[in-house]
Amino acid sequence: MTETVIAPMPWLVMLPLAWATLAFVLGPGRGARLALVALVAQLVLALWLAAQVSAGAPQHMAVGGWPAPLGIALAVDGLSALMLLLTQAVALPIAIYARAYFSAGSEEGRHFWPLSGMLLAGINALFVSADLFNLYVTLELVGLSAVGLVAAGGGTRQVAAALRYLFATILGSGAYLLGVALVYGSYGTVSLETLLPLVTAEAPRLVWLAGGLMLAGLLLKTALFPLHYWLPPAHGGAPAPVSALLSALVVKASFYLILRLWLGPFAPLGEAAGWLPALLGAGAILWGSVMAIRAARIKTLVAYSTVAQLGYLFLIFPLLAPDGVALQAGSLHAFAHGLAKAAMFAAAGALIKATGQDSVAGLAGVAERMPITLFAFGLAGVTLMGLPPSSGFLAKWLLIEAALGQGYWAIAAMALAGGLLAAIYVFRVLRQAFLLAPSYAPLHPVPRTLEWTAFALAAASVLLGLRASELMRLLAAGGAA
Amino acid sequence: MSGGMIYAIAGAILFAMGATGVVLLADLLRRTLAFNLMGSGAFLVLVGLAQRGGQPDPVPHAMVLTGIVVAVAATALALALLRKLHALTGRTQLPEGDVDD
Repeated sequence: MTETVIAPMPWLVMLPLAWATLAFVLGPGRGARLALVALVAQLVLALWLAAQVSAGAPQHMAVGGWPAPLGIALAVDGLSALMLLLTQAVALPIAIYARAYFSAGSEEGRHFWPLSGMLLAGINALFVSADLFNLYVTLELVGLSAVGLVAAGGGTRQVAAALRYLFATILGSGAYLLGVALVYGSYGTVSLETLLPLVTAEAPRLVWLAGGLMLAGLLLKTALFPLHYWLPPAHGGAPAPVSALLSALVVKASFYLILRLWLGPFAPLGEAAGWLPALLGAGAILWGSVMAIRAARIKTLVAYSTVAQLGYLFLIFPLLAPDGVALQAGSLHAFAHGLAKAAMFAAAGALIKATGQDSVAGLAGVAERMPITLFAFGLAGVTLMGLPPSSGFLAKWLLIEAALGQGYWAIAAMALAGGLLAAIYVFRVLRQAFLLAPSYAPLHPVPRTLEWTAFALAAASVLLGLRASELMRLLAAGGAA
Repeated sequence: MSGGMIYAIAGAILFAMGATGVVLLADLLRRTLAFNLMGSGAFLVLVGLAQRGGQPDPVPHAMVLTGIVVAVAATALALALLRKLHALTGRTQLPEGDVDD
């Protein structure tokens, strides 16, 4: 039924692949306008796909008419439609931001457009893939283009961060691939749908080993504490638009895959081990927040905040089984954090460009001169702290509701404590910005676009709280729960 | 024990050796080589386990071909970054103490 030329699913992969290739052919620094036009189309496609999934059945498709196992099967349900929507909703404003951020001929922006196009193609392909091996290929595509983006700055710090990130990401996907090999050896298939009834709690030990390897590899790629060592230098050292894409989307891709496997074929194995991700998640919230509170540089602060916020996503795992509330909490948090963190990195980038330095201490006095940027930072902070009416508040509310409903007091307490810790590091930046500048410090003028795109993303993360019921309906429609 | 099983076990051992190398080796060129060993191990497991009933299974071969392409791309990226690091610092090891900033 959906195998028409204009089915949105394959085009969400084809379009970014096409503009990335064209941008590469056009040469360094070119292709921004092309990307913007295509990203608008991608956002429309994602909305259209979400409407289709929301209205009716989940979408399936065999690419080129070749059925599995030789062909590539694509499938979209509520969860993947939601993540696709988040990806395009973050990518478009960040692209507008990046066009203003990278001035013509800047060394940092030379390869931004082809690499970010490849990255988006990989992320979109990951969300629509329906078999373990294709997911592996998309994971690598995402990882390699993300490493390229981190290295684009070209300084020693960026190259070292990129190398550290590269070895973390290929170690993670290597472990995942060995898991896929063991699953194929045990069942002779890698299709998620076919595996679903095959894997049971009585599965052979080899399959448990496979599940463990895949989980460990993906946790490394999601930078869950204590496997987060590569994230702060990579996300904190990259140019601001790159940091925004990495923190908002790339880590969510491997989180989505963990969730997909945990809810899907590996559900019987996951039930026994739900406390492990939750425990690590709690550790991530504490450690990430403390490091964010202590960070000297503003982008390092925001990067550690990502480590902490990723912790929330893993608190849901012990609560997943009985109903969909925990899944709603996790998905909404992923969405809220995606928008808010993109806004925060965008605002941080504008502040760094304006003050010409990147320390938190150097922000004194920016409040009266860059009110829009600072307001954007504050609004994004509201979402991260989980204050009403933001989407972060709703996500936290749902998480606490699910935790208390099942008697997990510790998880509810952790969610509240994390909000307080987030308040400390957000207010640390705001307080500094409202101080009077010690001496006359010149601010470089920054393009208005930088300030307003950061503001738009932050406002979206707060206002999303008012429209969250539509997202939850989408999540439930595809039968992901 | 079938022939395929021997390959699979050899692959698992190679994978473990490679993964240990990626984690422990300080020299990045050695680490890149260790990553390739790790990848080859995973491919051997994939092909070895699928040889059941004496009939080779074509699907994992297609997967391994794809995997090799990915591994070559990752290796090329690692080497390019390593050359850049060498040009900048004159060393082939990651600078110390940059982790937690």
